[in-house]
Amino acid sequence: MLAAGQRVRVKLDWPETRGPCHIRTPHYLRGRTGVVERHLGRFHNPEDLAFARAAAVLDLYHVRFDQPAIWGEGASGDAIVVEIFETWLEAA
Amino acid sequence: MSVLQADSDKLLTAVARLLHEKNIVSPDEITERRAFTDAANPGQGARMVARAWVDAEYRALMLADGAKAAEALDIPMRGMPPLGVLENTPLLHHLVVCTLCSCYPRAVLGYPPFWFKSAAYRAKAVRDPRGLLADWGTRIQAEVQVRVVDSTADYRWMVLPVRPVGTEGWDEARLAKIVRDGDMIGVTVPSA
Repeated sequence: MLAAGQRVRVKLDWPETRGPCHIRTPHYLRGRTGVVERHLGRFHNPEDLAFARAAAVLDLYHVRFDQPAIWGEGASGDAIVVEIFETWLEAA
Repeated sequence: MSVLQADSDKLLTAVARLLHEKNIVSPDEITERRAFTDAANPGQGARMVARAWVDAEYRALMLADGAKAAEALDIPMRGMPPLGVLENTPLLHHLVVCTLCSCYPRAVLGYPPFWFKSAAYRAKAVRDPRGLLADWGTRIQAEVQVRVVDSTADYRWMVLPVRPVGTEGWDEARLAKIVRDGDMIGVTVPSA
């Protein structure tokens, strides 16, 4: 399990280019680096639930991103915090 | 005829009957859930905020487990997603958005308002949160950090605003009256 404070990168992946899918990882975060805020719990993978497939139980994290770094503008110190499943995160 | 062309009332009746026959959901459970959904409104979240402003122990419970805190005030949470509570401070302001759809803490705030579901709100909240707050007439000082919480998965999020100055000595019921839905999403802040 990832620990609070750990740096993580959201996978630079675009499953929507490969066919029908259901994604809970916003496009503006793909490939971006953030910091784990905390573990939120374990939940069935919505990417499978959406298609009524057997869904693995995954760790869900609250991950904090530097807001101006994502858009190239904004106020220093502002942040975006997003729920992201473990399958979308890699070590950074 | 496809299911998309079917009369919606007849379709609803047929699906409800099938759910009952297959022992998935009974008519009584559907009635109960409809009553919960219709009864939910921003006044419920406002009661939680007001209690947290006067009761430190309740505030701690609310920040640790929003659903338990809601149930402690007799707000029905059975079958609802976990409720996370975001604590505003004099140096930290939270703004809730769902960029993917319109996830909203319905159990404690009721149906999402039209603007929460709009593409304009969803895009601007993450791209230019301070500009969005200015559109709402909400002044956030430069030294206050803004945190946008993009609700993407299994949690629902509500904001616990800072208790406004000028409310010293007010009781819970009076405090609850000044808390609006926007204050608990973070587009506005309550004032006395």
